[in-house]
Amino acid sequence: MAKRLVIGSVINVSTAPLRLVTPEDHSVVIQTSSQVPRIESETQLRSILATLSGVDSVGAEARVAKLATRSIKKSTKMAALDLAISMVDLTTLEGADTPGKVTSLCTKAMRPSPMDLSVPSVAAVCVYPDLVAHARSVLKGSSVAVAAVATSFPSGRASLNVKLMDVREAVANGADEIDMVIDRGAFLSGRIGQVYEEIVAVKQVCGNAHLKVILETGELVTYDNVRKASWIAMLAGADFIKTSTGKVPVAATQPVALVMLEAVRDFAETTGQIVGVKVAGGIRTAKDAIRYLVIVNETVGSTWMTPDLFRFGASSLLNDLLMQRLKQQRGAYIRPDEFSGD
Amino acid sequence: MTENNLPNSKLGSLQYDPAPESAAIAKLKSSYGLFINGKFTDPSKHEQFETINPATEKRLATISQGSTSDIDKAVKAARKAYDNVWSKTTGAERAKYLYRIARIIQERSRELAVVETLDNGKPIRESRDVDVPLAAAHFFYYAGWADKLEHAGFGNAPKPIGVAGQIIPWNFPLMMAAWKLAPALAAGNTCVLKPAETTPLSALLLGEILQQAGLPDGVVNIVTGDGVTGSALVDHPGVDKIAFTGSTGVGRLIQQRVATSHKRLTLELGGKGANIVYEDAPIDEMIEGIIDGIFFNQGHVCCAGSRLLVQESIADDVLRRLVRRVEQLRVGDPMDKNTDIGAINSADQLKRIKELVAYGEQEGATRYTSSCELPKKGFWFAPTVFADVSQSHRIAREEIFGPVLSVLTFRTPEEAITKANNTNYGLACGVWSEKGSRTLWTAERLRAGVVWANTYNKFDPTSPFGGTRESGFGREGGKHGLEAYLNV
Amino acid sequence: MSDRLEIRKTYKLLINGAFPRSESGRSYEVISAKDEFLANAAQGSRKDLRDAVVAARAAQAKWWSLSAYNRGQVIYRLAEMAESRSDELVEFVKLSEGVNSEKAKASVAKAIDRIVWYAGWTDKISQVLGGANPVAGPFYNFSVPKPTGVIGVIAPQNSSLEGFVECVIAPIAAGNSVIALASEKRPIPAVLLGEMTETSDFPAGVLNIITGFTSELALGLASHEDIDGLDLEGADEAFADELAFLAAGSIKRVLRPSKKNQKNSIHRLRAFVETSTVWHTIGQ
Repeated sequence: MAKRLVIGSVINVSTAPLRLVTPEDHSVVIQTSSQVPRIESETQLRSILATLSGVDSVGAEARVAKLATRSIKKSTKMAALDLAISMVDLTTLEGADTPGKVTSLCTKAMRPSPMDLSVPSVAAVCVYPDLVAHARSVLKGSSVAVAAVATSFPSGRASLNVKLMDVREAVANGADEIDMVIDRGAFLSGRIGQVYEEIVAVKQVCGNAHLKVILETGELVTYDNVRKASWIAMLAGADFIKTSTGKVPVAATQPVALVMLEAVRDFAETTGQIVGVKVAGGIRTAKDAIRYLVIVNETVGSTWMTPDLFRFGASSLLNDLLMQRLKQQRGAYIRPDEFSGD
Repeated sequence: MTENNLPNSKLGSLQYDPAPESAAIAKLKSSYGLFINGKFTDPSKHEQFETINPATEKRLATISQGSTSDIDKAVKAARKAYDNVWSKTTGAERAKYLYRIARIIQERSRELAVVETLDNGKPIRESRDVDVPLAAAHFFYYAGWADKLEHAGFGNAPKPIGVAGQIIPWNFPLMMAAWKLAPALAAGNTCVLKPAETTPLSALLLGEILQQAGLPDGVVNIVTGDGVTGSALVDHPGVDKIAFTGSTGVGRLIQQRVATSHKRLTLELGGKGANIVYEDAPIDEMIEGIIDGIFFNQGHVCCAGSRLLVQESIADDVLRRLVRRVEQLRVGDPMDKNTDIGAINSADQLKRIKELVAYGEQEGATRYTSSCELPKKGFWFAPTVFADVSQSHRIAREEIFGPVLSVLTFRTPEEAITKANNTNYGLACGVWSEKGSRTLWTAERLRAGVVWANTYNKFDPTSPFGGTRESGFGREGGKHGLEAYLNV
Repeated sequence: MSDRLEIRKTYKLLINGAFPRSESGRSYEVISAKDEFLANAAQGSRKDLRDAVVAARAAQAKWWSLSAYNRGQVIYRLAEMAESRSDELVEFVKLSEGVNSEKAKASVAKAIDRIVWYAGWTDKISQVLGGANPVAGPFYNFSVPKPTGVIGVIAPQNSSLEGFVECVIAPIAAGNSVIALASEKRPIPAVLLGEMTETSDFPAGVLNIITGFTSELALGLASHEDIDGLDLEGADEAFADELAFLAAGSIKRVLRPSKKNQKNSIHRLRAFVETSTVWHTIGQ
């Protein structure tokens, strides 16, 4: 049937089942008809996690190293810097925090650069629960949300009741977002049902507040654990999964962010539920932030390129973003004192 | 945060502004002579040809066509240098020359990367991050062997072979030059190198580097030209050893020509590498590995993972993710730092790719091709995946040497091995699985010189590289790479 | 001394563990060094070669799947068999090569010792020719020599047993299977050794021995595309050139006759192995 062809001859192909890749193929396809499975038992949870693929750490690290070579210039850089600013959860989580400190943080959050009103405000300020009410009052009328770390942050080593009380108070004081920590001890000793149930319980008392679940990936250590913990949190109803408290030596890393982004992508594709990602701890430079944005851009794409679904938990990062932004505009490097130290 | 009727999330929606590397860094001359006896000299017949940028079809420089008499001059220079200088240079001194060369390559790395990308069409990211650093690393590694040959396992006082004739391909011009020259020089041979016709520039730049390193005249000679030049080198009676990297067809001819001579021979030829994906593979890294396996260097890689063998139970999911990833590849200006896939090296190669792809369609495989826009000038081929390919299809048997992947399925590990080995080639294969015992079981049974497990297309000067069966014989890299240049 | 009429043996081919006469049904006279009739040896044909290649291909996978320790024991067993039948070997080496008993004895002893030497190599080649490669990255990387596959051997024409053993046992020790053309004029010691493999636990087809006319059979070996390597020891220079040319058709590994004295060298082990390198990621 097929005529004999010789290399070098010109071939006309008419009936071939050629198919160009379509925009549909190029997307993370969100299955709105699907649902998040109801988890009835730890066994069932375990069987869902067993379907997850392992992560080869060498490959994951090589992937982010390659993405880190993306050269972001000119208008792309300006857009990325503004986007990054709008994604910042401006954070202070110190024992020495005071209402005064929180006030200056909130002021900066609303208007990061008083000299240039085109600079967007940040996404949220992130404080301990007892300072939520104060932050709420300073931010009144602004678009900046108040996020509170709760559930006996950062260790999470308290009874469930105490943790829930912590959350209830923060919500009552006006927190828009709750950053909880998972029980890493329970996770590492295999009590994943407990981890799951705790998140479900916290989610219930959050009410309308968005729940960010901190995995503390520096303590989970392996990427396989990060992937599993991401899924537990998402199955339990997390609105965001977040890397770190910033209180242990290893905080956010790019490969961890990649693995978490892959998790939210696959979760959206299988359940129709879109979960955000927050990277926190140790992100200090605009260069780093842009690298994270590149990973978001090329792993999960447009839907996640918004403060609604991607955040940076940071403090000093903001000033570097502002400096780089001004450098792009002025064409010269900027003095650090150009911006407030808050 | 759930909403109804969510739009799908478009990957890569943040468009990257062009980030081109500067072509001026190349500092190209208008024309180049032949590097013979330490000097750039005019070709005896005054024949020249042009080397062009395959991404723009613009002329880069005029290159000398080495004739039979130029090859003769080069071989005589190499012989003289061998007799009078190099064979009397101690291993420790040879090592120091090689270290110098390695260092100068590092010093001039950006220039070399730009030249390589201009002449070859490969993305600057690859020439910058892979080709040039590996070239330097190769010289650095073999430098250390030059004064330790008696420990390499080839006897107490292994001797060099003499004058080595080395013919290299256009896919990794500088890296292949390094793979050939470094072990040859470390072992004490002198060389006549014939770069590929379409990519002579980085080798000529290497000639300048050898001058800067103060390498004695004639130890390395570089004669540019086409197949006629290479043929003259193969046939020259003054050559003691031929090392060739290129197609199996040409390799076969060379082996036949060398058969009736005393010349030693190593061949690094074609391949049709199988990339085997088991159902428990680490899926995200595996997708990246498949992409690297076939689209690295536009698929102009003899060890490319051009046959994807996927376990049937996950084939649909793998294909969907793969196609999505293919669409994300950034095809275009090789000089742009964000380009993933550059230009096809030549009009001839593009023609061959197109022909084989036409066969794939004719044979009924399902073709997925990236919708990326291709530049109007230059030689381009959009990344392509063929699904529903059978072992009997031509695109599953012939080396395409382009950005074209054939996807086949298997049911059991035995079947994977049978299909992977069902080829006359035997260069490289990949295995993807989280199960160590099965990975090793597979690696043991694959008929291939290199097996990459949970990775692909990795190279290192310490790691032997080379083929089995019709992919050639001899190894480059590692202690094994010395054997090709020692009289053992 | 006795007036009993001796029982003569028919010397046959060895293909796939069986001893067929040539498929062609032809034979040729083997003459001793003293010009006396010794036997009618089978005159192997291209079809016999074809059958031997099929057998050798299948046997190679089986042979290589045994543990290196086991392969060593099998080869050592051959030395035991040869030792116990050494009188017979000595007799035919003497007749074939025209040497005196003492020399024949010494030659057989050397051949048997050489079998023992190679028996010991089976589980050492990987360590000597392979190893771990310290690549600059998070990879475990190791190289091992794997057998080339099916090797055609043109055994030396003069050294009927010692030379045969050297060319045949080395590739087998490295994990290959072999199709050997025995010395055309002095085939009997090789045929005897072949018989001994049958009591040495050699899987059928690992060693196949064809007797007959080298000038004709060697061309068949060199051009057969399913043979992966070729040892030209028994071919003269001009013929070796011709065979090497044919071998190039399927990119065979070719071992040319060596002028150097490589007595204690492992070059025959090296000649028919393929270095196979495996990379594996290292991570948590």
